[in-house]
Amino acid sequence: MPTTLGEALSVLEELKGDAVPIAGGTDLMVSWPERFIEHERTYLDLSGLDELRAHRWTEDALEIGALTTFWDIVRDPQAAREMPILVDAARTVGAVQIQSRGTWAGNIANASPAADGVLSMMALDAVVELAGAEGVEEVHLDELYLGYKQMRKRADQLITRVRIPRRTLEFQSFVKVGSRRAQAITKIGLAITRSDAGWRVVASSMAPTVKRCCAIERMLDDRVPVDGPGGFAAAIGSDVSPIDDIRTTAVYRESVMARVLFHELARVCPWICAGGDSV
Amino acid sequence: MTMPLEPGQIEVAFTLNGREVVVVVDAAARLLDTLRYQLGLTGTKEGCGEGECGACTVCMNGNPVNSCLVPIFQARGCKVETVESVENEAVFALLGSGGTQCGACTPGVVMTVLWIVKNRDVLETHSVRELMAGNLCRCTDYDGIINGVDRAAATGGAG
Repeated sequence: MPTTLGEALSVLEELKGDAVPIAGGTDLMVSWPERFIEHERTYLDLSGLDELRAHRWTEDALEIGALTTFWDIVRDPQAAREMPILVDAARTVGAVQIQSRGTWAGNIANASPAADGVLSMMALDAVVELAGAEGVEEVHLDELYLGYKQMRKRADQLITRVRIPRRTLEFQSFVKVGSRRAQAITKIGLAITRSDAGWRVVASSMAPTVKRCCAIERMLDDRVPVDGPGGFAAAIGSDVSPIDDIRTTAVYRESVMARVLFHELARVCPWICAGGDSV
Repeated sequence: MTMPLEPGQIEVAFTLNGREVVVVVDAAARLLDTLRYQLGLTGTKEGCGEGECGACTVCMNGNPVNSCLVPIFQARGCKVETVESVENEAVFALLGSGGTQCGACTPGVVMTVLWIVKNRDVLETHSVRELMAGNLCRCTDYDGIINGVDRAAATGGAG
């Protein structure tokens, strides 16, 4: 078990990307014994990398380490004050048993289109630090994913840190629609923020990856009047591409996304308010 | 110890209920398997095996975790507490409030309840219901469990 980042990276390089890094294990351990034997994969245990455990607040960013858990952020009052959508996301990711093991970096690396942590981090313009044999590079989280479970992260690279800029946020909201309040996987997820950098609208379970919704962001930046959920339909159509799956249907996803957007934004945007014929 | 892990036997040392233990286990073993089949501590139950039901809840380094999702190699050097470490009195609060019936979820419930009682400041930000959301119970209506937590929290776990 490596105890330094250097050791971990040399194992990854040596195995030419055949090793699967494991941090909290809350995704990888599901159906674990079968998986281990059937695939005979090599797992690289990250749990000894103490240097990557703590999160810290610098002057201009929150830095989340590769081993920082959801629970670490839930229990940080500074996070609740400044970035409550991180805490909101962490509290829906699973129960305490999952929050205390699952990591933010693992949430990114698992690359699920339903990832709650990724949703909030992307709406906060998080930057992912990737370390590899060839050095360290930074990728904006909203540019990390290329397709379903596809990432701009090479197999010899580890996510070592996630940097979230500290900005004055005039608005932030996290909404997760699932079958029940606890322990559910997202049917429709939305994280919305507004800062000097403009509006950010990010959707989960609506596309092959967690995805920024640039058409909706433009509508908000341009203050395009909307008089009901239907006013978002065209932008939703161009931003996301939901599917029917075991959790719900594409039609339900699009219609609920429009309603959630309207409900959340009508509270804060005077140009978004119910017109005569809206539902 | 930079050897990558491969299927095979490994030696793992950790603190279990206050005692140092060293086990030699299959590298693919979960903490749950090791507790039940290697160490004979069968109080911890396997329910769903995928981190949903909480029947296998143990405390690891002070926080509740699903032992079915912990590979044994990650227990190295950790402090693990199982339901076998619990004093009988702590369970009485649950019994008295009707928080247990068939008993399948009870060991996990007890571990989460006692963690809440020991870390009562979590109640400043979380409801008991939210904290107990990772322990599914198919017998009680949960009210018995929630009331048991309230009783245990009020009395420091002595029921």
